Amino acid sequence: MNLAWRDIRRQGLRFVFTGLGLGLLFAIVLAMGGIYQGMVADATVLLDALPADLWVVQRDTRGPFAERSVVPRALEDRLRVLDGVASAETFTYATIQRGDVAHPVRIGVVGLSWPGVQGAALPLLSGRSLGAPHREMIVDQTLGLDLGARVPLGDELYDVVGVTKGFVSSGGDGLAFVTERDADAILGWMAPESSRLAGGQRPEVLPSAVLVRLLPGVDAAEVQARLVDWPDVTVWTAGEQRDLLLHGVIDKARQQIGLFRTLLSIVSAIIVALVLYNMTVAKSYEIALLKLMGARTRVIVGMILQQSLLLGAIGYAMAIAIGSVAFAHFPRRVLVGPTELVQLGVLVVVISVLASTAGIVRALRIPPTLILAG
Amino acid sequence: MDHPVIRAELLRKVYGHGETELVALRDVSIEVARGEVAALLGPSGSGKSTLLTALGLLNLPERGRIWLDGCLTVDEGRAVADLSAVRRTRIGFVFQKANLIPFLTAEENVRLALQLNDQVGRRARERARELLHYLGLGDRGEHYPEQLSGGQQQRVAIARALANRPPLLLADEPTAALDSHRGRDVMELFRRIAHEQGAAVLVVTHDHRTLDVFDTIHEMEDGALTRRPPPVQPEAAP
Repeated sequence: MNLAWRDIRRQGLRFVFTGLGLGLLFAIVLAMGGIYQGMVADATVLLDALPADLWVVQRDTRGPFAERSVVPRALEDRLRVLDGVASAETFTYATIQRGDVAHPVRIGVVGLSWPGVQGAALPLLSGRSLGAPHREMIVDQTLGLDLGARVPLGDELYDVVGVTKGFVSSGGDGLAFVTERDADAILGWMAPESSRLAGGQRPEVLPSAVLVRLLPGVDAAEVQARLVDWPDVTVWTAGEQRDLLLHGVIDKARQQIGLFRTLLSIVSAIIVALVLYNMTVAKSYEIALLKLMGARTRVIVGMILQQSLLLGAIGYAMAIAIGSVAFAHFPRRVLVGPTELVQLGVLVVVISVLASTAGIVRALRIPPTLILAG
Repeated sequence: MDHPVIRAELLRKVYGHGETELVALRDVSIEVARGEVAALLGPSGSGKSTLLTALGLLNLPERGRIWLDGCLTVDEGRAVADLSAVRRTRIGFVFQKANLIPFLTAEENVRLALQLNDQVGRRARERARELLHYLGLGDRGEHYPEQLSGGQQQRVAIARALANRPPLLLADEPTAALDSHRGRDVMELFRRIAHEQGAAVLVVTHDHRTLDVFDTIHEMEDGALTRRPPPVQPEAAP
């Protein structure tokens, strides 16, 4: 006969609704973790999809995902002739904004080095990779463009020939992949200088970086060391570029989310503690009776602790149920995996145990003679 | 009658200090033997409940000694035994209100006392049912307290108090919430329990109409205890 469960059964809907409220809070805690994982995935998805062992970027910059980077177009050829280099392809990246003020659409434009890189590595939901050097684009589904749509960018129309999923920038903007030549055209047309140049001549748009693939067995660090003396570039390995992205670009977001999770965890603990304290006060006479009947302290502590853990478990289950329905509709990707579920589970146990303290202290202070006063 | 189940010697209990000092127990000595039904009478504030809670090891006196079943449990106001364990195994309590756990059925309320004493499973269930049957509640085991009358609730409370076969049963005005007919039933039940199960029963009561049920009558006034002879039992008709 489990006293904690019997008491909860008596409370019925009240307990379930408390668990539901707690579930909403835990769902937000879970979402915070999932949003961070989503940001990590979003930030690195492009990096992982591009074939590069080394990222050669503007001198003293951290690459196009962290800050503005431009490299000379001839850099591509200089790198190709190096020992151990299999290929070197220019890469252009910039974010543009279209639409009106009320409904802005931000697009991360990625220029692929045609014909070396045609987007074949991109996982397509529909359509195909780039098949022509001009006026074709592959878009992420978050941009809301259908296969076959014609998109005006600059003074050209671009055909959507492929649709990908999950390719967004670290800021959550959907990516559009075009050839580098088209990226130059789009970004050149968008550049403010263009309006000031005579005869409508566009300014030259330089690549953001050159992506270097090495021959099998060649050590990336060794090639990187050889390029240290080049005066106009900085070289990052793919791993370093990834670390820069995670620790630089989204680190503030990680801290912010961490702070939010901490605050929400404290709020959850306070709520559970208040609920349990009130439940304990409500059954003061029953607890006094148990003490009068000689109940061991562990029986009373166990009853309150079990109720706290059960409340936490209901909240945990509700959080997972809410998350499985709601997270898909969040504007940013929410990635909840086993790690996030285990983390939340541990957090729930810690919260439940800590929150039960107030109720337990209260229960231990109830004198058995209270029953005689009633 | 047998050797005393409960024996208290020179209990003294004082509430407050200085001008507000109130002596609740003035060197009170009392004993109740196995099979004996004793009444504790007295006006409000005379110290009856203080004595009952002292004997029930709930509210220790400043001075005096208490023996339970021959074992010293309180010596000069200090506990010399695990009082919770003694209460759990050797004392049954019945109060003015039944004080049943509202979210447990009648049978579960009885089983609770057994469970606290580490008695669970089939034997505990059988013991609970046996007690409820003994008290005339054999068909009420699955009822919750709110589904029982006041008298039935009080009998469930008595069953709970008897569950662990305690040698001492303490009752604090157990009939105060019952009408005179049901009150008398309960008092006679205590007598039956004392005689059939060999328990020592001490009942605090205001009800002078049922004094004929008791073997011994103690009277308290201003914290002092006196013993008076029980009323003469009416002769049974030939």
